[in-house]
Amino acid sequence: MVNGASPQGQPVFRVENVNIYYGNFKAVRDVSMTIPKNQVTAFIGPSGCGKSTILRCLNRLNDLIASFRLEGKITYHDKNIYDPDIDPVEVRRKIGMVFQKPNPFPKSIYDNVVYGARVINYKGDLDELVERSLRRAALWDEVKDKLKQSGFSLSGGQQQRLCIARTIAVEPEVVLMDEPCSALDPISTLKVEELMHELKANYTIVIVTHNMQQATRVADMTAFFNAEATPKGGKVGHLVEFDLTKNIFGSPKQQATMDYVSGRFG
Amino acid sequence: MTTATLNPQVAGLIKRPQLRNWVGWVMTGLVGLCALLTIIPLFAVLGFVLVRGISRFSLTLFTQLPPPPGLSGGGFGNAFIGTIIVVLLGTLISVPFGVLTAVYLSEFSSTKAQKEVARWVRFGINVLAGVPSIIAGVFAYGLFVTTGIFGYSAAAAGVALAVLMLPTIVRTTDEALKIVPQEVRWASVGLGASNYYTTLRVVLPAALPSILTGVILAMARAVGDTAALIFTALFSSFWPRGLLEPIATLSVLVYNFATVPFKPQQELAWAASFFLVMLILVASVASRLVIRRQPMR
Repeated sequence: MVNGASPQGQPVFRVENVNIYYGNFKAVRDVSMTIPKNQVTAFIGPSGCGKSTILRCLNRLNDLIASFRLEGKITYHDKNIYDPDIDPVEVRRKIGMVFQKPNPFPKSIYDNVVYGARVINYKGDLDELVERSLRRAALWDEVKDKLKQSGFSLSGGQQQRLCIARTIAVEPEVVLMDEPCSALDPISTLKVEELMHELKANYTIVIVTHNMQQATRVADMTAFFNAEATPKGGKVGHLVEFDLTKNIFGSPKQQATMDYVSGRFG
Repeated sequence: MTTATLNPQVAGLIKRPQLRNWVGWVMTGLVGLCALLTIIPLFAVLGFVLVRGISRFSLTLFTQLPPPPGLSGGGFGNAFIGTIIVVLLGTLISVPFGVLTAVYLSEFSSTKAQKEVARWVRFGINVLAGVPSIIAGVFAYGLFVTTGIFGYSAAAAGVALAVLMLPTIVRTTDEALKIVPQEVRWASVGLGASNYYTTLRVVLPAALPSILTGVILAMARAVGDTAALIFTALFSSFWPRGLLEPIATLSVLVYNFATVPFKPQQELAWAASFFLVMLILVASVASRLVIRRQPMR
């Protein structure tokens, strides 16, 4: 793989020679990259290239899949989060996640936001936490009068911002976002993107997106993943190029990246 | 004016008698008839029981004891209370076991070995669901009555009914938990919640309406069951005296009184039948209503 200009800022994650398997099936091969602090890093690439898989490895969410296995190292502040002495539950408290489909809990808006705080037995003022988190997620003005209503009563875009508020309420250091706008209309998408710009002052953001314009709008760094056919007929994902977003889209070093970002395939 | 001339392409589309159409109509009629025939038994039973049972229906039914042979009047108050006690006992025993079993099957069997266990448990539950209720009765009889642990009693009957209710509760809860979207579990785990916390605070509450439906359906089955009670609850002409004493129940009352030669007893049996049928009908409708109010899409 090619690692172009060195990422700016201090690294949060170092992914080192990672191979990922589901059972005997190799899903991702030999990925190495460094994800910088307080930046937005985007993963782009065609379907099945392993970008979501890698993302979920960053907070050990793939542990929920029984057949999942990882080789190599993923360090978070220089500690391998796959070391046996690491508690994955604690990892997920530091590294939050926002999913593709808005997935509020079947609870009130208020209870959705404070869920994570209750998990960690937060001793502070919950009302204050709700307001602060919803304000940061740019949702407060729309919901402040109906905090007791179900999270499902909101529109799709509002639900997604509620999920973001829920994630940042536990003050993670990193927010992982798995195609957070793919189920949203363009206006809601824009709101979530503006939100990412604001959030990166306090958080490190890693986003998977199918939308290349979105990557150019929000990301400082972009990683292009691709899938290649294996002799056995499967597909294995790998990292093609990782660089500043403007380089990936302006002057990519790899032909495959050039083809993808110019719309010639994918 | 002139008859409209159709484009030859369109003319072929006009309906005309064809064998294909005739067969279609006949078959539609046939399956429709079968569908009608299927619901006739339901309405026949409802109608018959209504006609025979309603004449005797009054509030005193629920407050008085059955009359001694030869006398008239009275009610099935003891059997009414007895059924409530026995079914509640069965529910209290089967719900914790059933729901927790389903939670294991759906939420906590992740490794290969655990999945294998879950597969066998599911198989066992399906077999148990097919076990005739009289076997459940004989089981509780053998376990508690012949050994003298309880003797004929409400407690033994509760255990027999719990055995009957267990498969329904496990299966409906298992299904209810599976319907909860995976994303909701991920969201909770992604916020740093443990598996246990996620199940307790998110998955179970989301599945609660469906679980309640399963419990209601299982209770409806237990209310109507007779075979499991004949060997265990036995019967009693008196008010319930305790969980370790024989106890009257509505279904056994129907079984006992329907065939005796005394008219008042027969009437009581009909009234009890009517009440049981209505109870089960209401339970079925109630369970539908609960399902419809599901918060999850």
